[in-house]
Amino acid sequence: MIDKGVASAAEAVADVFDGATVMIGGFGEAGSPIELIHALIDQGATNLTVINNNTGSGEVGLAALIKAKRVSRMICSYPRTANSTVFPELYHSGEINLELVPQGTLAERIRAGGSGIPAFYTPTANGTPLAKDKECRSFNNRDYVLEYGLTADFALIKGLSADQHGNVVYNKTARNFAPIMAMAGKITIVQAQHVVDLGELNPETIITPGIFVQRVVEIVEPAIESVLVAAGETYP
Amino acid sequence: MTARSRDEMAKRLAQDIPDGSYVNLGIGIPELVTKFVPEGREFIYHTENGLLGMGPSPEESTGDPELINAGKRRVTALPGASYFHHADSFSMIRGGHLDLCVLGALQVSKIGDLANWSTGAIDAIPAVGGAMDLVAGVKTIYVLTQHCTKKGEPKLVDACTFPLTGCAVVDRIYTDLAVIDITTDGFQLVELSPGIEFDYVQERTGAPLLPIRRDSK
Repeated sequence: MIDKGVASAAEAVADVFDGATVMIGGFGEAGSPIELIHALIDQGATNLTVINNNTGSGEVGLAALIKAKRVSRMICSYPRTANSTVFPELYHSGEINLELVPQGTLAERIRAGGSGIPAFYTPTANGTPLAKDKECRSFNNRDYVLEYGLTADFALIKGLSADQHGNVVYNKTARNFAPIMAMAGKITIVQAQHVVDLGELNPETIITPGIFVQRVVEIVEPAIESVLVAAGETYP
Repeated sequence: MTARSRDEMAKRLAQDIPDGSYVNLGIGIPELVTKFVPEGREFIYHTENGLLGMGPSPEESTGDPELINAGKRRVTALPGASYFHHADSFSMIRGGHLDLCVLGALQVSKIGDLANWSTGAIDAIPAVGGAMDLVAGVKTIYVLTQHCTKKGEPKLVDACTFPLTGCAVVDRIYTDLAVIDITTDGFQLVELSPGIEFDYVQERTGAPLLPIRRDSK
């Protein structure tokens, strides 16, 4: 019997190793798998390369992982937010590297990586500093920039509902990077608010088919990042 | 002298958006456009984090923290809205499916180069978001910005000195002082804000401004 369910967030992230590349879903707080990130902080893996659109806020979730100095390199499009102080400090002191990628290029690199496409040409960033030293090629009299697909050892994502086969549906704009990160992660771990019986999710409306998911853990009441930040919470 | 207010700038721009357009609005002044949809027209707003059919922000302290816009503020979804993942969202953008994007600017050059993501300051943390994808893919790019910086320097320039977001991508600029098209001949004045004189605008523009063409609308 296929059952991808695991008992706890700790168990779900137990084998993340030092130096791993980890995709973490979310755009700002929407879709951030905060319990999985906190479990990863407890677990202790370090020297991680993290792929996320942002760098977290306050001192919880992704920002807490960065604050704990577990992340040596960030690949993201927008490492600034109103409540983001952790990343700037480490960036300025040279303790964390940044690869800045336009948001749509980041998404397409992840989609490509998960789809067996090693590289692709995009019009985005042509003629800008973010295309510097990159291979360019002209198609139909327009210049395009070569970008490479991204894969990861682990992908941590948040869903609304999932089943034991790993099928997932999401909540509103929390979907953002999760479906493509699920495709690009060798081990994709989903925290879902509801783990439901097989057959309860309508096959017509499943967003991430279970083949892209390796582990599912139920987190019934996930923390809300902005609430934690407003309360001045820190993790651990 | 009555330079347009931010609201009036947004209202003026909204007049030029055709009924039924799919529109992406950048953060800041562009967001004001939603307040001034002309009577009888319907625009569908795209927010690149994964929503078509974005509605206004909900009442204070209500809404869903997982229903947000690209500025990470809570919004609503209108009847007929759809959610999608990031690769689909940027396929809409890069694939030329959106009709119009309205963006702010640090600088716009006379050939339509846009700089709006970085001042190039050495100690600043670079952050780009979706701006480069939007200018590369959306059919029409309008810039909505003050004519000059807070220090009074022109934002409309001969050549951008800040790092570019895209080359030759801007179609039209709406400022507090004027509406200006980018043409092969440079900055083409389309209209002056009420009570504003040509010379006043030219003095505040970093490249020659072509007078209003009689055949222009």
